[in-house]
Amino acid sequence: MIDWGWVGDHLGAILGRTVQHLELAAIAVAVGFAISFGLGLLAISYRRTYPLFSGIAGILYTIPSLAVFAALVSVTGLSIYTAEIPLIAYTLVILVRSIVAGFDSVPRDVLEAADGMGYNRRERFRRIVLPLSVPLMVAGLRLASVSSIGLVTISATLGASFGGLGFFIFEGYHREFPTEILVGAVPSIVLAIVVDIAFVRVQRRLTPWAQEQEVRRDTWEGLPSGPSVGF
Amino acid sequence: MIDWLLDPVHWSGSDGIPIRLFEQVAISGASLLIAALVALPVGLWIGHTGRAANLAINIANIGRAIPSLAAIGIIAPITQAFDPELGFKVYPTLFAMVILAIPPILVNAYAGVSGVDRELVEAARGMGFRERQILARIEAPIALPVIAGGLRSATVQVIATATLGALFGFGGLGRYLVDGVAQNDDGQIFGGVFLVAALALLAEGGFALLQRVLTSPGLRLAQSSAETPSA
Repeated sequence: MIDWGWVGDHLGAILGRTVQHLELAAIAVAVGFAISFGLGLLAISYRRTYPLFSGIAGILYTIPSLAVFAALVSVTGLSIYTAEIPLIAYTLVILVRSIVAGFDSVPRDVLEAADGMGYNRRERFRRIVLPLSVPLMVAGLRLASVSSIGLVTISATLGASFGGLGFFIFEGYHREFPTEILVGAVPSIVLAIVVDIAFVRVQRRLTPWAQEQEVRRDTWEGLPSGPSVGF
Repeated sequence: MIDWLLDPVHWSGSDGIPIRLFEQVAISGASLLIAALVALPVGLWIGHTGRAANLAINIANIGRAIPSLAAIGIIAPITQAFDPELGFKVYPTLFAMVILAIPPILVNAYAGVSGVDRELVEAARGMGFRERQILARIEAPIALPVIAGGLRSATVQVIATATLGALFGFGGLGRYLVDGVAQNDDGQIFGGVFLVAALALLAEGGFALLQRVLTSPGLRLAQSSAETPSA
């Protein structure tokens, strides 16, 4: 079923598409994180803004990606913005929620101890809250990266200059050439799994005290299960 | 867009809005039902017994890592081998929808049940509840909001995948997006975007409401007292 000769002839192109795939996903996650961090800061200073950010990000996340790409084509054309805007938008819901959950995860006693030691609000945030929220932020980055790697494939609808490995899935489908479809599909899954495992390693490093149990109770949305999850 | 939506021509015939909407809703509902029939019993069983918990975690991680497009792509050559016509146009999207809906439902059923306070379960066991009764009367009701959350995530996935299917010769509302872009017809594109987004948001909103209704009053009380901001 697989034409290995074709695969051998196209190793360079496959490598190039893999690099493009990672680039498109990395830009989305980096920009998404910067925006989400800003929104997270706003959310902890002005509590009332959080349901708003979280709600809007949730609505964006619900709209199927193909619709967002199609709508943007007539606004920004077939440019990098058309590819990146939806990718960035989809990271927001995961990142904003995990960043705020990170800030909120700092126990009250710890905050009071910091106040008792004479930290002002700014110092307390920088030296106590920020380091302690890193594990949940990394958990969010993990989910956002894996989901972005998946969505990058869909940007192949914007033409040959985008899509990463998704390009092969489309071209292969149109040529009815299974080998090329698989050359796009299998590596894009492998890429997501490798990035996922890499983030798990980082998570373990950052929180050596966390037992498997805590990781296990995560729901699909990437947050701990139980009655306290309220959205 | 409004002109396009109001034009009676677009409301009749085999590619009219009612037919396309029906295709999308019926097939999404059927996929969701099949996925739930497979995933719920397995997830509840794993959550109740605590056996094969690693399996649930791995299903979650791999499920997240599979891009919808890659799933359709991998399935297409296989189903085409069995049915050259439908196997390349309808089955790939159908199978992908079911496969992608299973992980969120399974993972949340597992996480919800295993997150139930073990003391409650022990108390029920002490009162002479059988294992089946514990699952049905204690664990499932407490886990219900989390379980509904899994169905909600799966619904979002399924509708997005059905939309994407239009790129692979599948019907449904995604057709308006793909055909609109191909024919450079902005009215059709934005009409399609509106319909797709409205359907996704309605489905997601419906499940959010269901989730709220299914949360027992006792849990709601615990929830509101746990939601005191700390940072």
